[in-house]
Amino acid sequence: MNAPNVGLLSLFLASILTSNILLANFLGTCSFISISKDFKSSMGLGIAVTMVIGLCSAICWAVLYFVIKPLGIEYLSFIIFIIVIAGVVQMLEMIIDRFSPSLYMALGIFLPLITVNCAVLGVILFMQIRNYNFVQAVVFGFGSGAGWWLSIMLLASIRTKLDKNNAIPAGLKGTGITLITIGFMAMAFIGFSGMIAVQ
Amino acid sequence: MSPILVGPLTVAGISTFLALVIAILDKFLNNYGQLKISINGGKKELTVKGGSALLGTLGAEGIFVPSACGGRGSCGACKCKVITDVGPHLPTEMPYMSPRDIEDNIRLACQIKVRKDLAIELPEELFSIKKFKTRVESIKDLTYDIKEILLSIDGQTIEFQAGQYVQLVVPPYGDMTESAQRAYSMSSRPGDTKHVELLVRLVPGGIATTWVHKFLKEGDMVEVVGPFGEFRIHDTPASMICVAGGSGMAPFKSMLNHMHETGAFPEKEIWYFFGARTTKDMFYLDEMAALSASWPRFHFVPALSEPKPEENWKGEVGLITDVLDRYLQGNVDRAKGLEGYLCGSPGMINACINVMKRNGLTEDKIYFDKFA
Repeated sequence: MNAPNVGLLSLFLASILTSNILLANFLGTCSFISISKDFKSSMGLGIAVTMVIGLCSAICWAVLYFVIKPLGIEYLSFIIFIIVIAGVVQMLEMIIDRFSPSLYMALGIFLPLITVNCAVLGVILFMQIRNYNFVQAVVFGFGSGAGWWLSIMLLASIRTKLDKNNAIPAGLKGTGITLITIGFMAMAFIGFSGMIAVQ
Repeated sequence: MSPILVGPLTVAGISTFLALVIAILDKFLNNYGQLKISINGGKKELTVKGGSALLGTLGAEGIFVPSACGGRGSCGACKCKVITDVGPHLPTEMPYMSPRDIEDNIRLACQIKVRKDLAIELPEELFSIKKFKTRVESIKDLTYDIKEILLSIDGQTIEFQAGQYVQLVVPPYGDMTESAQRAYSMSSRPGDTKHVELLVRLVPGGIATTWVHKFLKEGDMVEVVGPFGEFRIHDTPASMICVAGGSGMAPFKSMLNHMHETGAFPEKEIWYFFGARTTKDMFYLDEMAALSASWPRFHFVPALSEPKPEENWKGEVGLITDVLDRYLQGNVDRAKGLEGYLCGSPGMINACINVMKRNGLTEDKIYFDKFA
């Protein structure tokens, strides 16, 4: 099968806006809800997710086309992808720890948590079923990461404002109002659909 | 090759490759070379291999910072001052830090990685803290729920002051999957450097006490780490007002035997109030009576709060706090001043502090170790 004929810029914008991994595909919501309480942590997690998704989609593309497909073991691709993600996160953690202790401190416990973030696996599986070529896979990976980062920053800004609002009923405070907020954000992002003709 | 094998072999191959890359990266990235740790302004210099947590690095050099959880960041006991800038406090440290701690650069030794030369400050007495391998020499029942455990140290000697405590290392047993450490005051004399004696009261559901009472046998090997603690006899002429209940007897047994044997602190008059509910909870009565008979400046006041008529109890009756109150207002000579020494449950300690303060002792002259 051939790679889809998509411009790289539109693919990048599409992965951020029209098919935002969080608000259009609802992947990676657990950390989205739990970490978005404050701006600083959201920023750290956003950067980390972007790096991991971008790197992992590049590496997994190579694994997919040079190992999995030639050997005909597509049925094992899920397990292999998860192993690769875990390994990459571990290596990334060690490299950041060594060369940028301040970034390592800022990311803190978020980096290892990304191993189990379904957005990462989701992006890689999309990359697989849509038959992206290597460059497309990398652009799609970083784009999806950036989309995730954008969404969590938006939610964090809204939540910081909501925290100061006393009009919210007690029963809705915290996760309740956050879920409703995410619903509204998802509806707002529907407005982008159709703008860019990329799935 | 059989097609069935291709899948598992590929997965194994990829895992091995990743593990190999991680191991090689670890060897190069985590290699900080030989680093220097300077303790208390250069009083002690250590040359260590960097890359692991400060707590374990110090432990490997024979300096045991107190830690009840063994480095999992769940007890907050391993606080120490790090003068070198090692970055902001980690989220894992924050629950144990007061605003004052943060200002003073107090860190949890188990969370700080040694990645450059460090200057740290530790209390001096930590240098004499060691891990001792001991053999259980004897286990005696003092009451139905208190045991006297005598441990003999193999090949080393322990230097401590009467009143200090050790951490007993409880190995995994029963449903427990992890080793734990619990603090016990030593009841042995400082003069006996080959033995450690502990008094352990059975606490229902207690990790260490259940292990000692139900599992520990004579001849077993046990590890203790110590000595720790600030609870000790203060070198003043003031009289000691000691109050204990249950296994709180331990540090006083050590202090009394030490003073009696060596004649230390000759000016001190000693009053020892020991409270229990019934004669079933009383122990060491004969030992203490013999001690006070041969030692004029020592006065032993045992008291029962709920004696039964058939027990024929001849000593004081009432809550230990009431007995203490009576004696402080009457029999105790206050000419040289008074110091309070307490060991027991937090409830008993707080009640005794109140009684002592009512009777004119100031809080800075009341000493105790709080084990909660």
